[in-house]
Amino acid sequence: MDSTFQLFPESASQIADRVDALYLFLVAVALFFTFLICVLILYFGVKYRRGSLAERGNPPRSNLLELAWAVVPFLLSMVMFVWGADVFYDIKTPPADALQIDVVGKQWMWKVHHPGGQSEINQLHVPLGRPVRLRMVSEDVIHSFYIPAFRVKQDVLPGYYTQMWFQPDRAGTYHLFCAEYCGTEHAQMIGSVIVLEQDAFADWLSGETGDPPEVAGARLFERHRCGSCHKAQGGSGPSLAGVFGRRVPLKSGESIVADEQYLRSSILNPQQHIVAGFQPLMPSYQGQLNESDVLKIIAYMKTLEGNASASGEDTGDGNDQPPETEN
Amino acid sequence: MSTTPTHLAPQFDDAEQQQLAATLGMWAFLATEVLFFGGMFAGYGVYRAWYPPTWADASRHLDLLLGTVNTAVLLTSSLTVALAVHAAQTGSRKGVVRNLSLTILFGAAFLGVKAYEYWHKWHEHHVPGATFEWHEASPSGPAELFFSFYFVMTGFHALHMVIGLGILAWLIVQARRDRFDAEYYTPVEMTGLYWHFVDIVWVFLFPLLYLIDRT
Amino acid sequence: MSNRNYLNANYNVWSWFFTTDHKRVAILYLISITVFFLVGGAAAVLFRLELMTPEGDLVLPETYNRLFTLHGIVMIFFFLIPAVPAVFGNFLLPMMIGARDLAFPKLNLASWYLYSLSGLFGVWVILTGGVDTGWTFYTPYSTTYGNTSVLSAAIAAFIAGFSSILTALNFLVTTHTMRAPGMTWFRLPLFVWAHYAMSLVVLLGTPVLAIAIALVGIERAFHVGIFDPKLGGDPLLFQHLFWFYSHPAVYIMVLPAMGVISELITCFARKKIFGYTFIAFSSLAIAVLGFLVWGHHMFVSGQSMYAGFVFSFLSMLVAVPSAVKVFNWTATLYKGSVIWNTPMLYALGFIGLFTMGGLTGLFLATLGVDVHVHDTYFVVAHFHYIMVGGSLMAYLGALHFWWPKMTGRLYPEGWGRISAILIFFGFNLTFFPQFVLGYLGMPRRYHVYPEEWQILNVMSSAGASILGVGYLLPLGYLVWSLRYGRRSGKNPWRASGLEWEAESPPITHNFHKTPIVTGDVYDYDPTEPVELETEKHPEKVTVQ
Ligand code: HEA
Ligand code: HEA
Ligand code: HEC
Ligand code: CUA
Ligand SMILES: [Cu+2]
Repeated sequence: MDSTFQLFPESASQIADRVDALYLFLVAVALFFTFLICVLILYFGVKYRRGSLAERGNPPRSNLLELAWAVVPFLLSMVMFVWGADVFYDIKTPPADALQIDVVGKQWMWKVHHPGGQSEINQLHVPLGRPVRLRMVSEDVIHSFYIPAFRVKQDVLPGYYTQMWFQPDRAGTYHLFCAEYCGTEHAQMIGSVIVLEQDAFADWLSGETGDPPEVAGARLFERHRCGSCHKAQGGSGPSLAGVFGRRVPLKSGESIVADEQYLRSSILNPQQHIVAGFQPLMPSYQGQLNESDVLKIIAYMKTLEGNASASGEDTGDGNDQPPETEN
Repeated sequence: MSTTPTHLAPQFDDAEQQQLAATLGMWAFLATEVLFFGGMFAGYGVYRAWYPPTWADASRHLDLLLGTVNTAVLLTSSLTVALAVHAAQTGSRKGVVRNLSLTILFGAAFLGVKAYEYWHKWHEHHVPGATFEWHEASPSGPAELFFSFYFVMTGFHALHMVIGLGILAWLIVQARRDRFDAEYYTPVEMTGLYWHFVDIVWVFLFPLLYLIDRT
Repeated sequence: MSNRNYLNANYNVWSWFFTTDHKRVAILYLISITVFFLVGGAAAVLFRLELMTPEGDLVLPETYNRLFTLHGIVMIFFFLIPAVPAVFGNFLLPMMIGARDLAFPKLNLASWYLYSLSGLFGVWVILTGGVDTGWTFYTPYSTTYGNTSVLSAAIAAFIAGFSSILTALNFLVTTHTMRAPGMTWFRLPLFVWAHYAMSLVVLLGTPVLAIAIALVGIERAFHVGIFDPKLGGDPLLFQHLFWFYSHPAVYIMVLPAMGVISELITCFARKKIFGYTFIAFSSLAIAVLGFLVWGHHMFVSGQSMYAGFVFSFLSMLVAVPSAVKVFNWTATLYKGSVIWNTPMLYALGFIGLFTMGGLTGLFLATLGVDVHVHDTYFVVAHFHYIMVGGSLMAYLGALHFWWPKMTGRLYPEGWGRISAILIFFGFNLTFFPQFVLGYLGMPRRYHVYPEEWQILNVMSSAGASILGVGYLLPLGYLVWSLRYGRRSGKNPWRASGLEWEAESPPITHNFHKTPIVTGDVYDYDPTEPVELETEKHPEKVTVQ
């Protein structure tokens, strides 16, 4: 009756077909065993119904049989495990050349920041055929970024950056949902993902205004007078030149690599890690800077050239805990 | 069922079965208690691994002397409760009452010291929440976490002690009414097990909370 | 022989409220959980109505969130966890092993009082505006952001946990110490094995939930920040603690049900159960492995990818003992003498639906697929298949099977079959569409959804109303049978098992004299003709 009625979701990313193939395998196994069990039950139930002429008796127990029906499911489930882990590995491992877009979730909306400074709310424009990596963080509770057509989903946590990636392979508009329950308007924390051909995407980008995040970040840096302490030399805070990716010695004696997670906590929770040779003078910017601002300042700090070599990638498993020690 | 002793509940066949059931029940209960505290220890373990210097710092704000005294007091109470069980075995009513009373005394002393420590922490604004203050070099968030765990863990431990004291008091009343003899003293024995367990928990809590810096 | 039994031994009200008779405690539980089932079901009716239309026009979003939270908490903590153990375990376990009562009758009564107390807190929660965190209480929403009665709900769950600990403690000790002479471990009915395994899980899992919930309560009440990232706390720690209990809890809900199925299948196939030892040990294997897989609820939570591998692998392992059970039940039918009556219909329904629920559990344990279906209706369908299609079916099967023993009356067989069939179809109509919805991507806990999913949702709601009727029928005819049902003899099903040697209803201490067990368990012979008591007066059986 309804033309939009569907039984199978559309697939619009490089991983979707692989997930579907795995899913169909699972469906086949499930159907096989469900039918097997149901048919056997009905067959035995009818054939050996009380009063029928079938031959009856108590057959002896058979260890071989028991072994067989433990081993077969075990082997099948190992196929599921290995196949599932393989797909999962790819879902979790973004290629190095991915376009990086920032996402901030808050009750009950999604804010998206493109590297060119374009921002959007509850919409995500992405180019066709290019890997896209989302770096995500929440302002409040746990949310979850979910694009069914791409078969990807990742929880978005307060306090920690998580990441997710996909490569759209069909232009169109797709559902975007918040999948983790986050309060009253959880069901309204939805939007759309719009996949555009490369040129259309370029057009869209140029039609949007906004400063690139490092520029906006520089302005924030200025406005919050970070520079008054962080001078190239002789400030009360360490020089921030080349800070991203460098190994920072801490007062506690340990050292830590200054990744995004570290820079974020340096700004919002400066007390967490004190740089060796400095006093814990830096005020916390919690409440003054929101997560989007922090992302911009981080983008700006990444541009501050220094003599340290910035390696640039963060640790990658999607959740960077704040270890005080090195391991 | 020939001559049923008065303490034999109707569901049991004989005193031996009843005793076995009580013992097994107590051990099973203690196993759940281990997991109850285990949950807290797991949380403790996570954060301690994340914030070793801060936690060491915060730990230094606990009163090592009082902690040590309390450990000694509690271990002594374990001894007296063991003596009470022994007295019960040998059918000495006086011994039971005396040793249980001593145990209560030591238990109460422990709680008194603990209360003083809590009060002191309150004074120093080291109680987590709105009034928390932290003036050390180390970050205040993880320090507050430390004190959260300190209060939750010692708090639940103290709650177990309070319940234990209640049971001990009840046992004394029962003992005075001559409910126990060399044949039947299961409640005393079970309470002993419980009390030892509570002590053992403290034996873990003490180094984990007070001695971080010194381990 | 007098006709005094546990029901009419004493009529005064206090003899019920202060009873230590395991059978009376079971009846107290039966009444309480039925009430809670209706409460949880009523919530389901309301939100299924809401989901008939995509717009979300029936109730406010706040209300919707309270409804599914209420539904989840009530159904899990107040209905399904106590359902089989606290009613049938309490009633039957001592009888099955030939004991006069449980080892600690007073604790048993105390467990019902704790349950009722936590129920009162639950009612308090509802009266004070409800709670909207979902039954999973995820932090930091539950600790800092939600502004509903989280604290009272946490207290309710905490106390309910202690109530199940007391029950489990009793079962464990009773099974160990109070078996009748000759009742060796391998003569125990599988129902008892299942309850034994369940007790282990309860004893080792529940305290961890208790502490997790207590920490949420403390964090909320005193504004400390144990799970608060602002202090450097870890919001995921709560999830770990929660699932460390709540995954094993799913086996708390299914193991006793499996025990019931083992009893029903062998009785109505008139055959020794196939692979007794394998079924017994698979219960223990499930209990042990169940503790190692909690992280499969957190594949996309931000835990490390490698943790995902480990938990996925272990979740696969837990499927094997379940598979062993399913195959053994099926094989029990082979060469039996199968009687298709109401309890058997429920038992066979259980096998089919549990198989589907379990197999879809494997979809979720498969990493690559879970990323897509996590927190969608696929998960909702998975667990309703197991918990409603499985455990609840087993509960109803047990209710019919042991009803004559508990009340001394037979239920009307024809009505029984009608409702069993109605429930089976209503159930599938309700929850099968949800698998499809889930794979299409419909997130759970949504009261509005895109239009294209309306048809499937309407199917589901239609199914739920059939299901509702199916559940109300037994409520009606079972109550009716209390007065008008035919009287039952000791053993209306010609079943084996010590409980059938007692009177129906049993006397206060179960047996006139302690039974001595000499034969094997499940001493059925399929070649021997039987006539059940429900069949003795065919003219009175309404429908065939
Ligand atoms: C009684 C309840 C119950 C039971 C028994 C189970 C059993 C299983 N569950 Fe389920 N589960 C829940 C209740 C239950 N579950 C609930 C309530 C949730 C959601 C909680 C929430 O978020 O609110 C959930 C969620 C849940 C998830 C998380 C999904 C997500 O949120 O993303 C996962 C993931 O692995 C999972 C897996 C499994 C597995 C592998 C089993 C296995 O034990 C199943 C084993 C059984 C079989 C496999 C069937 C029999 C076997 C055969 C017939 C032979 C063929 C077998 C093979 C080929 C291997 N369950
Ligand atoms: C034992 C457990 C159990 C049981 C039996 C059920 C039974 C049912 N459940 Fe439930 N369900 C859960 C456990 C259970 N559920 C859990 C744990 C969740 C997750 C919650 C969360 O996300 O936090 C959930 C969530 C859940 C959802 C998802 C909600 C969402 O995510 O937005 C849905 C949707 O359809 C649903 C439907 C149903 C239906 C139709 C039934 C039917 O089987 C119910 C049938 C019963 C009746 C129809 C009652 C009949 C009685 C009457 C009609 C009488 C009326 C009233 C009075 C007399 C007072 N359930
Ligand atoms: C009052 C002085 C002061 C101000 C203002 C200040 N900082 Fe700092 N900052 C410090 C000090 C001192 C340290 C070193 C001690 C520490 O780690 O907390 C530091 C450390 C840092 C570090 C870690 C550097 C490293 O080498 O690892 C970063 C990043 C940083 N600040 C960023 C900022 C930003 C961004 C702002 C403005 C929004 C800012 N700071 C404002 C004093 C300041
Ligand atoms: Cu955000 Cu749900
Ligand atoms: Cu699970």
